[in-house]
Amino acid sequence: MIRENEYKKLDWQLILCYLVLMTIGLISIFSAVYDENHGYILDISQRYGMQFIWIITSLFIAFLVLFVINPKLYSTLAWLIYGGSLFLLLAVIFLGIEVNGSNSWFEFGPVRFQPAEISKIATTMALASLMSSYSFRLKSLNGVVKIALLILVPMAIIVMQKETGSALIYGSFIFMLYREGLSGWYLSLGILAILLFLITLSFSPFIAVIVLTSTLIIARGILTRRPLLHIFILAALLPVMILSPRMGDISSISQSVKLSDVAWLSMVIAPLFLVHLISAFKSKLKLFWNIALCFVAAVVLIFSVEFFFEKVLKDHQRARIENLLGINVDLKGAGYNVHQSKIAIGSGGFSGKGFLQGTQTKFNFVPEQSTDFIFCTVGEEWGFVGSSFLIFIYLFMIIRIFNLAEKQKDTFNRIYGYSLASILFMVIGIPLPFVSYGGSSLWSFTLFLFIFIRLDLDRWK
Amino acid sequence: MAFDLGKKNVLILGVIVVALVFLVQLFYLQILDQEYKVTAENNAYRYDVRYPARGLIMDRNKKILAGNETAYDIMITPYEVKPFDTLDLCRIFDLDYIEVREKLREYRKNRRRIGFQSLQFVKQATSIQYAIFLEKSYKFPGFSAVSRTIRNYPYNSGANLLGYITEADTSFLRKNPQYRRGDYIGKTGIEQSYEEVLKGKKGHNIFLRDVHNQVKSSFADGKYDLEAVPGMSIISTIDAELQQYGELLMKNKIGSLVAIEPSTGEILTLVSSPGIDVTKLATINKYYSELLNDPLKPLFNRAVMSPYPPGSVFKLVNALVGLEEGVLDSDTRYSCSGGYHVGRGVACHPHPSPTDLTHSIMMSCNTYYCYVFRDIIDNPKYSSVTEGFLKWKEIVESFGFGKKLGTDFPAEQGGTLPTTDMYDKIHGKNRWKSLSIISLAIGQGEIGTTPLHLANFAATIANRGYYITPHIVRGSPDTLINSEYREKNYPKVSKANFEKVIEGMYLAVNSPPGSGATASRVAVKGLDICGKTGTAQNPHGKDHSVFICFAPRDNPKIAVVAYIENAGFGATWAAPIASLLTEMYLTRKIERIDMEAYILQGNLIGNTAAR
Repeated sequence: MIRENEYKKLDWQLILCYLVLMTIGLISIFSAVYDENHGYILDISQRYGMQFIWIITSLFIAFLVLFVINPKLYSTLAWLIYGGSLFLLLAVIFLGIEVNGSNSWFEFGPVRFQPAEISKIATTMALASLMSSYSFRLKSLNGVVKIALLILVPMAIIVMQKETGSALIYGSFIFMLYREGLSGWYLSLGILAILLFLITLSFSPFIAVIVLTSTLIIARGILTRRPLLHIFILAALLPVMILSPRMGDISSISQSVKLSDVAWLSMVIAPLFLVHLISAFKSKLKLFWNIALCFVAAVVLIFSVEFFFEKVLKDHQRARIENLLGINVDLKGAGYNVHQSKIAIGSGGFSGKGFLQGTQTKFNFVPEQSTDFIFCTVGEEWGFVGSSFLIFIYLFMIIRIFNLAEKQKDTFNRIYGYSLASILFMVIGIPLPFVSYGGSSLWSFTLFLFIFIRLDLDRWK
Repeated sequence: MAFDLGKKNVLILGVIVVALVFLVQLFYLQILDQEYKVTAENNAYRYDVRYPARGLIMDRNKKILAGNETAYDIMITPYEVKPFDTLDLCRIFDLDYIEVREKLREYRKNRRRIGFQSLQFVKQATSIQYAIFLEKSYKFPGFSAVSRTIRNYPYNSGANLLGYITEADTSFLRKNPQYRRGDYIGKTGIEQSYEEVLKGKKGHNIFLRDVHNQVKSSFADGKYDLEAVPGMSIISTIDAELQQYGELLMKNKIGSLVAIEPSTGEILTLVSSPGIDVTKLATINKYYSELLNDPLKPLFNRAVMSPYPPGSVFKLVNALVGLEEGVLDSDTRYSCSGGYHVGRGVACHPHPSPTDLTHSIMMSCNTYYCYVFRDIIDNPKYSSVTEGFLKWKEIVESFGFGKKLGTDFPAEQGGTLPTTDMYDKIHGKNRWKSLSIISLAIGQGEIGTTPLHLANFAATIANRGYYITPHIVRGSPDTLINSEYREKNYPKVSKANFEKVIEGMYLAVNSPPGSGATASRVAVKGLDICGKTGTAQNPHGKDHSVFICFAPRDNPKIAVVAYIENAGFGATWAAPIASLLTEMYLTRKIERIDMEAYILQGNLIGNTAAR
């Protein structure tokens, strides 16, 4: 299907990154599960032997995608693929096996496969197909509803599989939507929501509310074109908000009633909010109503985060978030992995201990070290040099995909590229795509990436 | 937007920012932060714990009661073990071959979980075993030794007082997360009360090792090593020699012997017999079940835990209450015709009659105290029996009876005093009179006092009206004792009233034989012992023999109680024992060889067989 001269136009930069990452992965898995009795890297009784097989098969998949499969099929069959992936997602709930408490895996002999991996690609294709059609308008209600459905349906099914973490990845489509015309304000709101989420967890709802209020005052200043006034208001208000819990010390109410910090803070913010509402009534500006709505929604978010965090997320998911935020709670329970992985990474120092010289990532001190915590092995044996090299490769890859996506003449291809970059960006961390152990994930990411590399050839037509 | 980047570039900028955040985090974690490099869980370093020497426990004259000696824990690092002569190892440490095989199999099974860790293999091997092991250690790769200090007891006495040390168990570890498995903790007595002072601080040496677990060098030239800080020593109030003598006197007797220095509240001697043999204390785990199952309950510290009826000794309390309440003065006389014949009556032994207060104490007249007690309870000052009783109880409690005195002895119990509720329940509300509770007059009935209570009471009389909470620790060389062990506690009885009672106690001991004095046989010339006998009836067989005393009469140096279970009259066993202890303390020698021999030969343990 591919012509001789086009072969040279393949994006070899991406392919090189891909090969380097897989090599790092194989070496790290070898080191993580290394056992002197099984020192041969192709020993398939060990994980690295298996990973070698996954790599060979992935290369075969890449070959098929590049040289065999007609790239036109992706846009034409997008809806079929999407439908099929939904079917698989549903089927796995009933027919799949349970792994770590979630029903998201099919098992065929030695091979395990997670339909959610395919669903990411299928959803990307469906979105690209929808949004590249001539009649599509992102800013119409019809368009928004369709996009929301396309994203939310697989997300909901994945949540039903108790894989909340994987479901959250679908949030990354917002970056693609931003490129395709979504207002920057929505992206900002999304980022603000994530920020408030993180602040609530790592500090407290009290601080999150202060940050929220300050942000909205600044936003109001920018939007009403009176930034100075609003900065003055904020400057006066900030110390009052921060010190509000101290009001209890001076006023006499606190003698009888014990109020929480947030309650004191709300006494400061409530009148402010009231003033804002009154001006919204008077001016009849839609903008003011939006700000008010945003405030209420954010407050609800902040206080449901605690609930969400404690009740909805599973222990290991909580631990991952805590890991990211640097909150160490219970070093023997949920925080154990996190703590151990920090020791492993930290002990690597600048240049690392060297290949096979890591002591922390042996003997299961860091559990799941060949999958979720593979970064520990890299960090310990190759140090800051190695781990930052890894980050640079990912960074390079993502930027490269964004740039290539932007260059696409075909809308389908561009949307596909943006989605790929966004999802890669969101996923990286735990586990590491192309590096972590596992056939199902390696195959699907290979498929995801190489379809784009193939689509990219369309530029030269 | 103020300046337009283009949406692609905004996204790329975002990705770069996030990547930078990760890089900064990595930089911090891997290069700046040292914490994750030297943490104990880091397998790249071998932490050799250095255990501190536990603080010494000394007696009041700085003689060592509990010292330290070195023992060795043999550690195994399963990862390093190579095939070795198991039988030889068993021979060195006196181990069971089968058990060792089992242990090794267990390690093999858990080898992934254990990793490079070292585990305790033999606990507290002796220096001799250690020496033999050292010689042959090349034959046992993977085995090493860690020195530990264990207790030794040069004075061979005071086991119940000192308490013992054991390895921290799981429930303790759960409550005290700062301890680690393998740490020793004080479990009873001074070892427990002063654990914080005695324990010291662990240290460690850090060695760098490679992936093959070969120790390469000391990490950072020992910059992060930590010296163990030995525990602080404690000076106890105990007089080691007196304690030893007290234990000798109490040998083959069941009961307690307690001596207090009245002016300071310092406990000089505290014997609970039978007690734990000090030679078993250091390795108590070996004997624990044996001690636990001993019918004579050596683990039970009678001196501070057991509530006994005080018997006639309690007449002194009633005399003091009577004097304070004004229902009695030193001239009050009652005649006794072999008992108090009202109601069920209370019998008395033959003695000259009538008696005044002094002579009632000297001859321990039951009848006299029935009169006194009824006058206290039925005092017309108060509207009801209950009110009179509560007044009596208030004063009795002010002596410390019926509650914990607040000593630094962890196992202390409070004894019991009767309550109005209790009598309401027995007799019906307001249906009881002074006569119903007449047993209290002579220290019987619903009252339980520990020997420590009685010793404290003797000290209170010796002080003419105050006591300092008894305690067993003076302080460590660097710390002063709790201020509560300096304060004077004043029972609600005036000083003058004590003098009247003391005269009776003096006569009880120092009257010529044949005068009717209860304890004339224990008088020691020049010591001016003031005492009071007691013979406590009890449901468990023969009467308990009780004696409290202090000496000398003026400026007393020691207050003693001897409480001997099922030994009969107070004058037969308790009084000689208490007086011998007093004599030993005041003169540091015994003149009364015959009496000492009589006590030392006495074996009263058979008396309890009837129990």
